Amino acid sequence: MPTENRITDIWGDRSPYPRGGSWPVRVDQHLASGVSEHDVDRWVQTASTLHSNGDAYDLAVRDGRIVGVRGRSDRVNRGRLGPKDLFGWQAIQSPDRLTQPLIRRDGRLVEASWDEAMGLVVRRTRELLDEQGPSAVGFYTTGQLSLEEYYTLGLVAHGGIRTNHVDGNTRLCTATAAEALKESFGCDGQPGSYADVDHADVIALFGHNVAETQTVLWMRMLDRLAGDDPPAVLCVDPRPTPVARAATIHLAPRPGTNVALMNALLHEVIASGNVDEEWVQAHTVGYEDLEKLVARYSPEFVSPICDVPAIDIRAAAALVGEAEALLSTVLQGFYQSHQATAAAVQVNNLHLLRGMIGRPGCGILQMNGQPTAQNTRECGADGDMAGFRNWNNPSHVAELARHWNVEPKQIPHATPPTHAMQIMRYVEDGSIRLLWVSATNPAVSMPELARMRSILSQERLFLVVQDIFPTETTELADVVLPAATWGEKTGTFTNADRTVHLSEKAVEPPGEARSDLDIFVDFARRMGLQDKDGQPLVPWSTPEEAFDAWRECSRGRLCDYSGLSYEKLRGGGGIQWPCTDESPDGTERLYADGIFRASPDDCESYGRDLETGAPLEEQEYRALNPEGRAVIKAADYRPAHELPDVDHPLQLITGRTVYHFHTRTRTARAPELQAAAPEVWVEVSAYDAATYGLDEGDLAEVRTPRGEVQARVRVSGIRPGVVFLPFHYGYWDTPDGRQPGDHGRAANELTLTDWDPASKQPIFKTAACAVRKVAAAEGIPSPAPTTTASAPVSDNASATTRGGVR
Amino acid sequence: MKIGMVLRDLHHDEVELARALLRLADKHRADHEFFHLGHDLAAWSRRHVRDLAAIAARFDEQLDPEPADSVPVVDSARRWLSERSGRSAEVELVMVRDLREVYLRASSVLTDWEMIGQAAQAIVDEELLELAEKCQPETKRQATWANSKIKESSTQALVV
Repeated sequence: MPTENRITDIWGDRSPYPRGGSWPVRVDQHLASGVSEHDVDRWVQTASTLHSNGDAYDLAVRDGRIVGVRGRSDRVNRGRLGPKDLFGWQAIQSPDRLTQPLIRRDGRLVEASWDEAMGLVVRRTRELLDEQGPSAVGFYTTGQLSLEEYYTLGLVAHGGIRTNHVDGNTRLCTATAAEALKESFGCDGQPGSYADVDHADVIALFGHNVAETQTVLWMRMLDRLAGDDPPAVLCVDPRPTPVARAATIHLAPRPGTNVALMNALLHEVIASGNVDEEWVQAHTVGYEDLEKLVARYSPEFVSPICDVPAIDIRAAAALVGEAEALLSTVLQGFYQSHQATAAAVQVNNLHLLRGMIGRPGCGILQMNGQPTAQNTRECGADGDMAGFRNWNNPSHVAELARHWNVEPKQIPHATPPTHAMQIMRYVEDGSIRLLWVSATNPAVSMPELARMRSILSQERLFLVVQDIFPTETTELADVVLPAATWGEKTGTFTNADRTVHLSEKAVEPPGEARSDLDIFVDFARRMGLQDKDGQPLVPWSTPEEAFDAWRECSRGRLCDYSGLSYEKLRGGGGIQWPCTDESPDGTERLYADGIFRASPDDCESYGRDLETGAPLEEQEYRALNPEGRAVIKAADYRPAHELPDVDHPLQLITGRTVYHFHTRTRTARAPELQAAAPEVWVEVSAYDAATYGLDEGDLAEVRTPRGEVQARVRVSGIRPGVVFLPFHYGYWDTPDGRQPGDHGRAANELTLTDWDPASKQPIFKTAACAVRKVAAAEGIPSPAPTTTASAPVSDNASATTRGGVR
Repeated sequence: MKIGMVLRDLHHDEVELARALLRLADKHRADHEFFHLGHDLAAWSRRHVRDLAAIAARFDEQLDPEPADSVPVVDSARRWLSERSGRSAEVELVMVRDLREVYLRASSVLTDWEMIGQAAQAIVDEELLELAEKCQPETKRQATWANSKIKESSTQALVV
């Protein structure tokens, strides 16, 4: 279909289909202006890297440059693409790519050779290993590299350097999904499939603005809604998202009260007799505790906590309680909020009570934020061990040690791998002295930026940053390593519903940029990292060799890739793991027979106390769940740590817009995307706008105890009492380049340092804030998109989001 | 009957546990998990203290339901110090010691609750038994938390 207007027509034309039907193919294609299909030299297969949906497509290449994209008829997207994939590819050909290593000399970053830069990194690593040992070295990676790169990084860090300090920015986006799955099912791994959209009669979205975060998944839902027999939709979100507007029932709870709301839904499901008791008895443990705990969470009790009418809670509970086939999805509205894991686990509990798991339409999708976050989790680059192995189970560690040919004691496993927030704390207190950041931008994406900048700019810290563009974080680095990106290297990506895609190299990286895999392998060689027989620890150098090593490492685990190969993934569609000799076409849904991977000997985690985060010990878990059933874990509601007061009467939540990704390093360099959302804005309700004397387009200051941000006002349909700031806007495209000038622009100037005790995911959705007017609009429109959750309540004075470059 | 005496001891120990948790929180403000969880878990002990005071009258003990947490002046001074000492790895070691104190105090509270639970069964006092059965698991969770943090912190604090 035509794509010129896909900035405003975000989801494109409808192709309605009925329940149980097959989602029709619609191939979306976008070529650079003046280029036609005849001009394309070749099409090279890839998958999305600007969100987690894993849409399959081809890159059009002409004269060694990318000139466009075309959707593939894959199980995930059936040819469709969203705006970021249609337009975002232009960024990687931007002239300001990092093309040469940089080293800090006399306070300034100057160009250097790879030998000089890597020599410095290796020398400093050796010094620190000699002086202090592995505890001095930390790695902070991403959700945007390939499986092969994470697996290699995990091996280098855990098996070679032997540090426990390895995590990804996936901590900020998907850690709660992983933890919630571990708590309920003993192991990470998405139970459901996107195909559950085809079969569900009720779709419940918990804190998940799918219309903007995974546009193609929303297209699938929209096509069901436009067809015969459409599903009912429940939306839990404080913003008037496109999902909320399409919903049968929309609940907009007060931020930080998700557990109370979920407990009320569970209370009603139990009280209405909608529990599949036979299934619960056969396949779960813990039901009695839940029943007892939620007994007091009646809709009337919860209504004033969440500020949601009891009648609406009841209606929502009836919807999910009486569904024939319930699909639930969860994202940042739960993951980045107070009691994150406890809330996400209650969604799992809803499905366990109803026995709705593993059958068509009965799916749970604990979603991801970033494109390859799933791989970070599987490969052990994110505070887990490779292959969903349990750090607390000596036989798992021994098994991993066999794969790596090292002694088990050389893989740190005395405690859980250090999470990102703790890594930053160790950097702050000076006990981590070398931090290697790959493909992420903590100087904008972490909470409480003033603190983060002071941590990362310490003299005593040796900061290595590996990226494709200069960022706020590279500005603070001692060594900057220029990386090749997607399209310039080969590797595999796994999306949120376990679909594995191969992404092939289409063009050469610019200048001296190297793939992240090459950089990690080069580091291992230069360090002389060896296995226990004195052979190179990382025996591979190509992506395919790394993939084949990973296939063996994953064999027998839930995330089993042993039946996959590059050859199998090349040319065809994506395949869902587990993929083995017995299931060569992959596996659509996990736990189809109510059999879980939760037995004490097999599980990835013995679980944690949801409120304190303390890990359970093996004996406790063995006593609780000897047969490896699904675990129903109950949790009491507790008020958020930072509540509104007289000085800070409102609640700040941060989030994304459909047009941008992460800190905009790639999307702001695609003219159409940048024009659609060019500058930070702040959303307030009409009620709060009246209270604080704000009008559409006014310049406002948002303040918390951590700092202030100035942004133009969008008066939207957001829940009164709640203020929204998009988190994409930092400083790399401001005169300073790395920090606020006179006023803050990054939402994270304002957020607090606090995280969920179980998943360790930072909380971005409950800061108390104040808002005041700085200057009147005087005809300047608010830069907020008009096409999305940030749509204005009135048509006056808004500049409408337009397609193309303005 | 000695139950009143044990309740008095338990009340004292819960108050001290709450104080230890709050001290930990305020002393290690730069370690945000300690700050937030220290306060959260102190609230559990304060709830136990209130419940103990309510039931103690039946055993001829007058116990204060809301004893002061600590002296405010010292508190703010500690806060000031805490924020400034967050830049030294030495503070990690202090933290492990403070956690050890919390763990030991929680362990002795746990034993107190066990004694009360046993006694309540012996005299068939359902109200007292119910209280012990409600509070004891929470005390255990406080101790488990402190223990897990000791394990985690020791791998860094003791080796730098």
